[in-house]
Amino acid sequence: MELEYVYKRPSAISSEADGYCPGCLHSTANRIIAEVLDEMDAVGRTIAVFPVGCAVLSAGYFLTDMTIAAHGRAPAVACAIKRCRPDRLVFTYQGDGDLAAIGMCETIHTANRGENITVIFINNSIFGMTGGQMAPTTLIGQASTTGGPSRNPDEVGYPFKMCELINQLEAPKYIARFALDSVPHIREAKKGIKRAFSIQMNGGGYSFVELISNCSTNWKTTPLKSLKFMREKMIPYYPLGEFRKPEEEE
Amino acid sequence: MDFEFLEGCEAIAEAAVRAGCRFFAGYPITPQTEVPEYMSRRMPEVGGIFLQGESEIAAINMVYGAGASGVYAMTSSSSIGIALKTEGISYLAAARIPAVILNFQRGGPGIGNITASQSDYWQCVKGPGSGGHRCMVFSPSTIQECVDIMGMAFEKAFRDRNPVFVLLDGSIGNIKEPVKLPDMKPVPDKDAFDWCLSGCEGRAPRQLLPILPEDPSKFAEHATEMYARWQKEDVLVAEDLPDDAEVIVTAYGTAGRIAGACVKRLRKEGLKIGMIRPLTVSPFPIASFRKLDAGSTRLIIDVEMAKPAQMVEDVRLAVNGRIRVEALEIPGGIIPTDEDVYEGITGIIKGVNENGA
Repeated sequence: MELEYVYKRPSAISSEADGYCPGCLHSTANRIIAEVLDEMDAVGRTIAVFPVGCAVLSAGYFLTDMTIAAHGRAPAVACAIKRCRPDRLVFTYQGDGDLAAIGMCETIHTANRGENITVIFINNSIFGMTGGQMAPTTLIGQASTTGGPSRNPDEVGYPFKMCELINQLEAPKYIARFALDSVPHIREAKKGIKRAFSIQMNGGGYSFVELISNCSTNWKTTPLKSLKFMREKMIPYYPLGEFRKPEEEE
Repeated sequence: MDFEFLEGCEAIAEAAVRAGCRFFAGYPITPQTEVPEYMSRRMPEVGGIFLQGESEIAAINMVYGAGASGVYAMTSSSSIGIALKTEGISYLAAARIPAVILNFQRGGPGIGNITASQSDYWQCVKGPGSGGHRCMVFSPSTIQECVDIMGMAFEKAFRDRNPVFVLLDGSIGNIKEPVKLPDMKPVPDKDAFDWCLSGCEGRAPRQLLPILPEDPSKFAEHATEMYARWQKEDVLVAEDLPDDAEVIVTAYGTAGRIAGACVKRLRKEGLKIGMIRPLTVSPFPIASFRKLDAGSTRLIIDVEMAKPAQMVEDVRLAVNGRIRVEALEIPGGIIPTDEDVYEGITGIIKGVNENGA
């Protein structure tokens, strides 16, 4: 009897064991991106730009052409690659320190020029790789090693809502926020990534996909409790949904 | 081809286009803004790409992306702008992505001043980014030398997969002189480079990574071999060395041009004088200094538009104590006249004669 594969490793992900912490949702984000590349038959036409921080570990698992950019500069690198090779699928994969702190300038200007690339933003509200420092997305009241036991807005301001910020610009074509805390949410996220990549490959313009993620290690909690934190604390502050999409899709 | 009367910035930009440059990213800063202005007009005419970065940092990272794609890519800036770019230049070197970078030096430190200077020799030659790496650095004196060097700059960058500097100043960028531009060269096929990013269809995926591999000695060994090869094969230098020269003047760029006129004048006056004018300062023309006969040559005078002088350290290393080395230091931002340099050089010779070696 011929058995049909109903679930297998996406072709763009290597068989190496990943080095993320147990329960980290980076691996889920990696996987759904790779599944979309397979579904679009785009693996061989993809150029990925990875950042600095935990998200850079992805560079060890993706089987596409790729480079790693300096901290925060991934959009500047990616937009040049796309302009030189306009028929390729070019995406960046960046965490919140990279994208919203040191790379805020490149993030906003690349979006404002409407560069035809896709920016995938992993928001876990903390610096992961360096060990739990305050990120631009750290929630009010959240603990971090540089913001004390409770982020105080009087001292350090409020967490950036990146989708809402980018939604102030004219040029972007697709802006959406999803979460990776549950299967239904992960399925939505995958659809959003596919929509963003499709818009890019049709020459549509800039797309920004934020994925609410976790960091049980630096949140000092268990993977299971980290999902609860995402649902009870992060999603209420960072509302999910498609903030902007092309008219023909509505 | 006929001579044209061109401004330095525009001639250099056009020479880059003719060498095959099809990507330029820049940011306005005096005294090189004419380069991005020219490229913004010229790139669309030749099917190239012009991008004005949101910062110097963005511009060098755009060049990183274009170079990674296999395109002859260039950026341009001045001193403090180059300081910002050094982050990206270090990444270019580590990821082995080629690029050409123009540095129109201005006086410093800080905002300093916007006129010609040679205050950033150290920046380009010694510390073009974190981590301890080198770039090839060309150091032309005239606009003609600049345009003749541009083709070589791209070829060496792509041969070595390493960033290349052309070290200039506000004077070369903004003067006009007759120049014979090189012919338009065919643009290299970006898919012919077997390392560039193009999508892995039909082949194994390629990675251009600024992260050192598991074995950190691999990059260090490759780089060390490359720098040694430059010293053997890629030194460019203009030598004017009479057999019995007692005094040797050395200078590069605009200072080299002014000092050259002074050397001719002193020789007419009967002084046994020669000149070493580096056209690459990295690799530094060590052999030109090593071969000097310490029996006849008793003094080397280094002329720089920088105080303290910077290249003089490399001259002293090359000479290794065999011959006395003095520096005529003109603070960055001051363009000396022929007369200033003449008086400076004759003053140093007089002082040495009076006080002895």
